[in-house]
Amino acid sequence: MLSGVPISWFLTLSAVLFSLGVAGFLFRRNIITVFMSIELMLNAVNLSFVTFSYHHKEVAGHLFTFFVMVVAAAEAAVGLAIILTVFKNRATLNIDEIDSMKN
Amino acid sequence: MESFLVLTVIKAVIVFAVLMTTLAYLQWVERKVIAHIQVRPGPYRVGPHGLLQPLADVIKLVTKEDLVPPYVNKTFYLLAPFLAITMALVSISVIPFGPILKIGPVDIGPLHIPQFETAMQLTDLNIGVLFILAASSLGVYGIALAGWSSNNKYALLGAMRSSAQMISYELPMSLAIASPLLVSNTLSLRKLVESQEGSILSWNILHGPFPQIFSFIIFLIASFAETNRVPFDLPEAENELVAGFHTEYSSMKFASFFMAEYANIITVSIMSCLLFLGGWNAPWPAAYGSSLVPAVIFGGAGVIALYHGLNAARKRDSYTFPVFGVVFLLLAGVFLLPPVQSWLIPLFWFVAKTGTIIFAFIWVRGTLPRFRYDQLMAFTWKYLFPAAMLNMLVTGFLVAWTTN
Amino acid sequence: MDVILFLIFAAAAVVCAVNVVVQTHPISSALSLVGVMGSLAVLYLLLGAEFIAAAQVIVYAGAIMVLFVFVIMLLNAGAESRKGRSFMVQFLGVPLLVFFLAIAAYFVQRMFPDSTTVRFGGFTGGGAEAVGRALFTTYLLPFEVTSILILIAIVGAIVLARKELD
Repeated sequence: MLSGVPISWFLTLSAVLFSLGVAGFLFRRNIITVFMSIELMLNAVNLSFVTFSYHHKEVAGHLFTFFVMVVAAAEAAVGLAIILTVFKNRATLNIDEIDSMKN
Repeated sequence: MESFLVLTVIKAVIVFAVLMTTLAYLQWVERKVIAHIQVRPGPYRVGPHGLLQPLADVIKLVTKEDLVPPYVNKTFYLLAPFLAITMALVSISVIPFGPILKIGPVDIGPLHIPQFETAMQLTDLNIGVLFILAASSLGVYGIALAGWSSNNKYALLGAMRSSAQMISYELPMSLAIASPLLVSNTLSLRKLVESQEGSILSWNILHGPFPQIFSFIIFLIASFAETNRVPFDLPEAENELVAGFHTEYSSMKFASFFMAEYANIITVSIMSCLLFLGGWNAPWPAAYGSSLVPAVIFGGAGVIALYHGLNAARKRDSYTFPVFGVVFLLLAGVFLLPPVQSWLIPLFWFVAKTGTIIFAFIWVRGTLPRFRYDQLMAFTWKYLFPAAMLNMLVTGFLVAWTTN
Repeated sequence: MDVILFLIFAAAAVVCAVNVVVQTHPISSALSLVGVMGSLAVLYLLLGAEFIAAAQVIVYAGAIMVLFVFVIMLLNAGAESRKGRSFMVQFLGVPLLVFFLAIAAYFVQRMFPDSTTVRFGGFTGGGAEAVGRALFTTYLLPFEVTSILILIAIVGAIVLARKELD
């Protein structure tokens, strides 16, 4: 029986989550779901960072994760404010219908 | 490994049972205290002095019709009380109730218990304080989902107000928690309490380069808002005609929200006790006789109860008060027994301090009027958050200056 | 024991992630994303990243996702309608994804041939003290820059979302 979890399993999980995020980003049409797929991708990358930090036994990977989280928070705040404004002006959340700069 | 699991399961069962009973009786305490503030007896008839009232309430809530309205979003409607009560109860797993318990080799008939020691805590995480903050952050989901899934304007409004209030007050609360952590220099709850050992002068509220009185006040105010208590209970009381976010809930699901609120009150009181008031440490060292204080208090209470029982003002009191008097005197005797003193006295101080803060919660509820919602939000963003930040800056500066 | 925990929470993360992408109503996607973040927090604990696990739950699952849930409730976004998928998306989407994943997994397996194993207690330098020390000494400049970034984000969000004073 395995004494611990092989590192490659963590990286595979990160790849799976990342590709699911990419799939959601490309195939969904609700703008909020697209935004959530971006957050999913960021989470997958965070898992990767922490895994490599374990591999090299350094704490720097944790710090990168921390900064990614902070930037994701800032991005979520501004992105959702933009989504609110877009909804106020276009009354739709379907990205196929928000396709011209004209009102 | 197996003994650790068995021990933890036993401790978890004990803590859970005590917590559930405390939740039920906390409601009795609240009703009695508010009643006496308003010069009326409170629950009085169900059992002696209403002590069986929580049992009656539990029976009522369980046997009520468990209605799921047809117009609600069923998944989230059923998920919301589950989230609320789970996140409220999970914080109890990192709270230390007393020092390390040493159980010596004991022979009870054929059963031989070897010597072992275990902490009076379910688990001592290195990041215990952050764990409790995380659990209270996740508690917001229960309320937001409850209001949204109920498909009811007033419930949604109450839920949005309550969630916005909770996340706004998380900020000054986190800063007020960070300040004594700067003084005590650890995130683990057990080490936090152990760093406040000594006398009352080494509790975080009075000790250190900067006594944490302002942090204590800011933490208390923020925890009133976090638990949706008066004076910040607009989300659940303004719509009291329609009860805010738990309008469409009945029976056990409503009871879950209710229990979640009381569990949150207990959690923040315990946090303020551990962070500021020294946890289970006595106000003066045991060498000067602080081990006799519980016995003196219970003995005094027993004598007073016996006196009032013998000169009863109301007829029913002549049966009940002598019984209480005898019970209190027996408890006073238990506190004098040497084998249990090592763990019972710290537990007494822990419960006494937490109980004082809970009494303050109930006292404020009976006394103060409530804030309007915009006053509430303006208070946190314009006054409380800058005050908490300033407090943390001053604490950090003084700690850095006096530490080499 | 560690393997069992990893498998349970990795499976939970993947199921919740699939749910994020597949569900039509944004609220279900948001709550599934909270599930993903919770499972990832447990996996961070397995990797010895205690502070990051707590920060993940407090910041990501407890604040950012609450913001998402608020916006979804405010906008009252209904369920998305399923119509008009192009042929390529419908029939080539999932197989392409699986193919890409297989390539990624193969390369990952080649580069890390089961040498390092992750177990509880394998890395103890992830506690709050180590992270704090590194944050305030080696990585002080990024820390200060991100604090300014958050300030800019706050001002930007307020400006974008306020009512026009016409």
